[in-house]
Amino acid sequence: MSAYSRTPAPPVRAAKGLVLLLCCAVVVLPFVAVVATSLAGQRQINAAGGYVLWPSPVTFDAYRAVFAGGVVTRALVISLLVTTVGTLLSLTCSALLAYALSRPGSLGSRPLLMLVLFTLLFSPGIIPLYLVVRQIGLLDSHWSLILPVLINGFNVIVIRSFFLDLPRDLLDSARMDGAGETQVLWRVVLPLSKAVLAVVGLFYAVSYWNSFFSAQLYLNDAADWPLQQVLRTFVVDNSTMGVDNTALAGELPPPQQAMQMAVLVISLVPILLIYPFLQRHFAKGVLVGAVKG
Amino acid sequence: MALLEADRVAAEKPPRRDPATPTWRERFRRDRFLLLLAVPGMTVVLLFQYVPLLGNVIAFKDYQPYIGIADSPWVGWSNFGVILNLDPAFLTALANTLIISFLQVVFVFPVPIALALLLNSLVSERLKRLVQSVLYLPHFMSWVIVVALFQHMLGNGGLVNAWLRSKGMEGFSLIGDPELFKAVITSQVIWKDTGWGTILFLAALSRVDLSLYEAAAVDGASRLRQLWHITLPSIRGVIVLLLILKLGDSLTVGFEQILLQQRAVGVDASEVLDTYVYNNGVINGDWGSSAAVGLVKGVIGVALVLGANKVAHIFGERGVYSR
Repeated sequence: MSAYSRTPAPPVRAAKGLVLLLCCAVVVLPFVAVVATSLAGQRQINAAGGYVLWPSPVTFDAYRAVFAGGVVTRALVISLLVTTVGTLLSLTCSALLAYALSRPGSLGSRPLLMLVLFTLLFSPGIIPLYLVVRQIGLLDSHWSLILPVLINGFNVIVIRSFFLDLPRDLLDSARMDGAGETQVLWRVVLPLSKAVLAVVGLFYAVSYWNSFFSAQLYLNDAADWPLQQVLRTFVVDNSTMGVDNTALAGELPPPQQAMQMAVLVISLVPILLIYPFLQRHFAKGVLVGAVKG
Repeated sequence: MALLEADRVAAEKPPRRDPATPTWRERFRRDRFLLLLAVPGMTVVLLFQYVPLLGNVIAFKDYQPYIGIADSPWVGWSNFGVILNLDPAFLTALANTLIISFLQVVFVFPVPIALALLLNSLVSERLKRLVQSVLYLPHFMSWVIVVALFQHMLGNGGLVNAWLRSKGMEGFSLIGDPELFKAVITSQVIWKDTGWGTILFLAALSRVDLSLYEAAAVDGASRLRQLWHITLPSIRGVIVLLLILKLGDSLTVGFEQILLQQRAVGVDASEVLDTYVYNNGVINGDWGSSAAVGLVKGVIGVALVLGANKVAHIFGERGVYSR
């Protein structure tokens, strides 16, 4: 065993373990409380003073009421659509742009690369960007949530540095075999770059899913809002959620607290679903590689 | 026909030119596929990153939405009056921004370094990976979720207060208190991004030559001395790099995060430059002076990054980019 990896003294180990356990608890406990409360009934919530850590009995009334209300369902559909369409478009445009910039010495690639790099230095400013979006008629359209953030310069640079590291011989031999430019890109480059495309795609997806300010800035009609905006009004600003009583067939509506937590859980689920994939890839040092470049 | 064709080719390629360097036209023919691929992405970059830069001219105009940018009258530097005359609302926003930035450099920046050192010292790879996957998670949560979680855990009616009261203890008032607002948003940033912030440090730590530790141990260096003489120097470059980025960004602090909580604590405690621009411009319709503030902020921000990078070069670090 090397000198470095020698196991430290027991008190040191205990202290480290305690610190890490505390860190993990601080991260995990809020989620546990949120999920548990969303599944708890009125009586238990009242008895516990608002929040529970273990629901008993488990009830899905809060979710039923939330989905029956219509507002959250509509926002969820909007968020899913914007995220899917946005991610596909972002990934396609970013990958194509990155490929176009990945052949040193090609016509215009240097100035274009500079234009992309400079976007990392400054942000366009809220007011002028708002005016551009309004000028081209995107206000109150869901495209305003996608087009202004379609290209993230950093992501383009990440993909580009991956393309640059692909073995040149491979691309050259494909060309020798008579593959056209489109085929080289489609059959050789993109299949070899699945890992980086997956990471960048996931990052785009997370940012589309999470953004709330574009909706606040560009969409006036609350009926157009994505989930994060709805979450904000119900859970952060504590507006009372309307309950469609016909759907409950005469029963008492579920506690407001449980419904708020249910909306929170609904907005969490997609992130938790893709998190394992995200995690598998970002550990591969894709980001680090980009910073090095 | 064949002769004409040969003539045309000869005319296109003047014989005296060095055949190794292609003409513009040849380069265009060669690279037109790549240029075509760049079109959609570059269009978006130009339209939403560079055109808005031009839109900053409204900082010098009395912009009126119904007559448009072009027809609004020029007013010279008068929109910059809010800055030059030290308008109180602007000063509040500036002061809050600088205080929050300072708090973040002092209290947020070192935490991931400490955590990375701790994780790096773990012998068990599996435990390390498990802890990492838990601690990275908050980074992927939206600010709406983070703020909601803080309210529902630490708010006046939140989980912790409910628990304290059920045990007969007195609750505390943290969320919604203007005095404590800056501490709250600082701890929110720590909660959200500490785990994620360790990635670059851990990557740097993993590249340290382990034989250095062997040698140090043979020479009788304690673990603390090893930390000071081997571990810390090996991540100095990354620390400097991230500190530069942080300093360059010091006029930009948590826009979404603060906007979400402004209603509860009021403008005096929470207004920062970005929210000032938004509230004053988009909400109150004072386009010109808001754009002026935004423009000044942007220019100073770029200058800060370039300046910080320069300083890093002077100290012999690589910095964000090198020439």
